[in-house]
Amino acid sequence: MSTELIIATVLGGLTIGSSLMVVLSHHPVRSVLYLIVTFFLITANYVLMNAQFIAIVNIIVYAGAIMVLFLFVLMLLNLSKENEPRSSLFMKIAAALAGGALFLVLFSVLKDAVFTEYVAVPGAESMGLVKNLGHLLFTKYVLPFEVSSILFIAAMVGAVLLAKRDKQIIE
Amino acid sequence: MVLATIFESGVGIEFYMLLATALFVIGVFGVLYRKNAIILLMCIELMLNAVNLLLVAFSTYFGKADGQLFVFFIMVVAAAEATVGLSILVLVFRNARSVDIRLFNKLKD
Repeated sequence: MSTELIIATVLGGLTIGSSLMVVLSHHPVRSVLYLIVTFFLITANYVLMNAQFIAIVNIIVYAGAIMVLFLFVLMLLNLSKENEPRSSLFMKIAAALAGGALFLVLFSVLKDAVFTEYVAVPGAESMGLVKNLGHLLFTKYVLPFEVSSILFIAAMVGAVLLAKRDKQIIE
Repeated sequence: MVLATIFESGVGIEFYMLLATALFVIGVFGVLYRKNAIILLMCIELMLNAVNLLLVAFSTYFGKADGQLFVFFIMVVAAAEATVGLSILVLVFRNARSVDIRLFNKLKD
């Protein structure tokens, strides 16, 4: 067993464990903190797979921006363990059965997939760097890039419009 | 010895397929299991991350950078989705003083 295999297995196990804790912990703030840990572990997986740019962007966007937004809303709403909505025992069992069945189906489909032997292409070490990805982004994928900016404008306008109080309520 | 990628060292693509499947199923399980709408949004982020992980794994395995750019676009969509979803939730909480997802059942009546 090589060192890389041990590192990958430990990282994968930690990722699954912390993402399970996101679902199973009762306190919402604890869930958010476990989700941040999960994102950092997924970033470690990206580094292991030579995707350096995606790893940095994952930390900045997910662990930085999105999770701060979640934590901020959670603090703002002042949720605690007492007023946490609980689901019935029947729903819990049904959720576990449905999740297990989905995993079984996906696993049994994917385990028969056959892949060609891995061949390292030249320049595989520098594939995930900003230079290579930026070149591709501004040549082949320039249209989706521009369209995504329209999506961001729409999301910003929508969030401001939704969070704004009605004028009549203030008066 | 310097390895080009992790896949030269005996870690197969099957390992990352299993990991991404497990993460995705945990996300689906969380959506069904929890009733707090904020945690539901977090489980959706978890599912998006499982897909991201698989895209990066295949991108590295086949030596094409396109998959990593798709991950970039998924992150853009996830950020927009989290913003709008959370502002809708704040609005619901302001009216009903609760983030129970079963409140949305009232939309049927």
